[in-house]
Amino acid sequence: MSDKTTTAEQVVSRLQSGMTLGIGGWGSRRKPMALVRALLRSDIGDLTVVSYGGPDVGMLAAAGRIRKLVAPFVTLDSIPLEPHYRTAREGGAFELMEIDEAMFMWGLHAAANRLPFLPVRAGIGSDVMRVNPRLRTVTSPYEDGETFVAMPALRMDAALVHVGRADRLGNGQYLGPDPYFDDLFCEAADAAYVSCERIVDTAELTKEAAPQTLLIKRHTVTGVVEAPNGAHFTSCAPHYGRDEAFQTTYATTPWPEFAARFLGGDEQAYQSAVREES
Amino acid sequence: MNDVTRAPLLAPTRAEYCVIACAEAWRDNGEVLASPMGLIPSVGARLARLTFSPDLLLTDGEATLVRPDGTTEGWLPYRQHLTLVGGGRRHVMMGASQIDRFGNQNISCIGDWERPKRQLLGVRGAPVNTLNNPTSYWVPRHSRRVFVEKVDMVCGVGYDRAAGARYHRIPRVVSDLGVFDFATPDHSMRLASLHPGVTVEQVREATGFDLAVPDEVPSTREPTAEELRLVREVIDPAGSRAREVGS
Repeated sequence: MSDKTTTAEQVVSRLQSGMTLGIGGWGSRRKPMALVRALLRSDIGDLTVVSYGGPDVGMLAAAGRIRKLVAPFVTLDSIPLEPHYRTAREGGAFELMEIDEAMFMWGLHAAANRLPFLPVRAGIGSDVMRVNPRLRTVTSPYEDGETFVAMPALRMDAALVHVGRADRLGNGQYLGPDPYFDDLFCEAADAAYVSCERIVDTAELTKEAAPQTLLIKRHTVTGVVEAPNGAHFTSCAPHYGRDEAFQTTYATTPWPEFAARFLGGDEQAYQSAVREES
Repeated sequence: MNDVTRAPLLAPTRAEYCVIACAEAWRDNGEVLASPMGLIPSVGARLARLTFSPDLLLTDGEATLVRPDGTTEGWLPYRQHLTLVGGGRRHVMMGASQIDRFGNQNISCIGDWERPKRQLLGVRGAPVNTLNNPTSYWVPRHSRRVFVEKVDMVCGVGYDRAAGARYHRIPRVVSDLGVFDFATPDHSMRLASLHPGVTVEQVREATGFDLAVPDEVPSTREPTAEELRLVREVIDPAGSRAREVGS
């Protein structure tokens, strides 16, 4: 059994410009921010990003790394509109495939199940069809004859997710209230990288937690990175809540200044700069 | 219990009429999930649950189904929430940056979608909501900027674009001025009730399309004393509802 532990830098070294990259979490919740920060330190760009968008999208957009975004929304939750994403969109910075939250989910399911598409009762009648002229519909072959959107599989080259704990083999555990779609992201990608608050022995995972907290299975995982506070400033329940004060700093500081202050060094430097800030 | 709450009740505020109008959206809904977005709809949903719609399910805003006293009664992570939408056992009240006379709703962007003048949230779940479960809307500031002739990006589907959508229904739109529905032959928006103190002229002035107005427009109903007590002492004792709608 192979030890998949690695570092954020090594993960990024296996990514390339032009890739389709899935990012787990939801809005400003349990985003793999340490991996995103490592990505920002590289010169990888021209990315197609697939995300229930939060500051992951905001930062990559602000840094000009996105060629195309696939998302139903981008938000910081407690700050509804993501300022850097807004600036990028209003400047026409990248292509957007704007789809509904359920369409997105069924696109992940299709990819995870190696299906070309799944029928979804969503999108028809809305301008999702106008702004995505490549979306096709499919008519039920049964008596009902209803027409659905044929949501194409959201297959990805690589997925980045963050969970509470993992073992060295890639079994990932979430201890918060919502798994989001992180397991699906891993199943829908050719390679999946899991960062976590802490790497523990396999036996430790279920010592005090039920087996159904084991969200991510090792056969879907390529690499495991220990990244304490790695979802910062997004939430990672029950380990920590969202750092609202820092998120406000992020949202109100011009991007070049924010990047210079917090993203100039490595992850350790980032975490120290955050501690000094609070 | 302090003396203030035992004193004769103060007259309902505009925000409290809005709470009642939102709560009424969930009357006779049965055992479905009430999904309020925005503060006043949240107060309204809890009021409905505590009074005339005791079978409603409510979440804590995250992945937990909770009783009004905070007791956990279920688990509803996003993946199950989206599946529940497909089953239709839910009545959501969404916000609307723009809404038109047939109930098409926009929360995505203002201006040309290719390069918006103002990027907003994105379509979120509006397309799936409107095709699968009853979807009502809440607009805290009724104006011509919101009630428009044509929305810039159709997120929630309106009646004129819902042909063949078997589960499409927009029970009501609640604003700070009144309650609106689509009970007209062509399913265009109709003034259903005015909040006390608001005139038809005021609503027409603040609406950017031709609104159907019946000859007799009722008033939004009065809250009962018990409802006012629940809103003021139990559900929203901090009075945050006044921040969403002033008096």
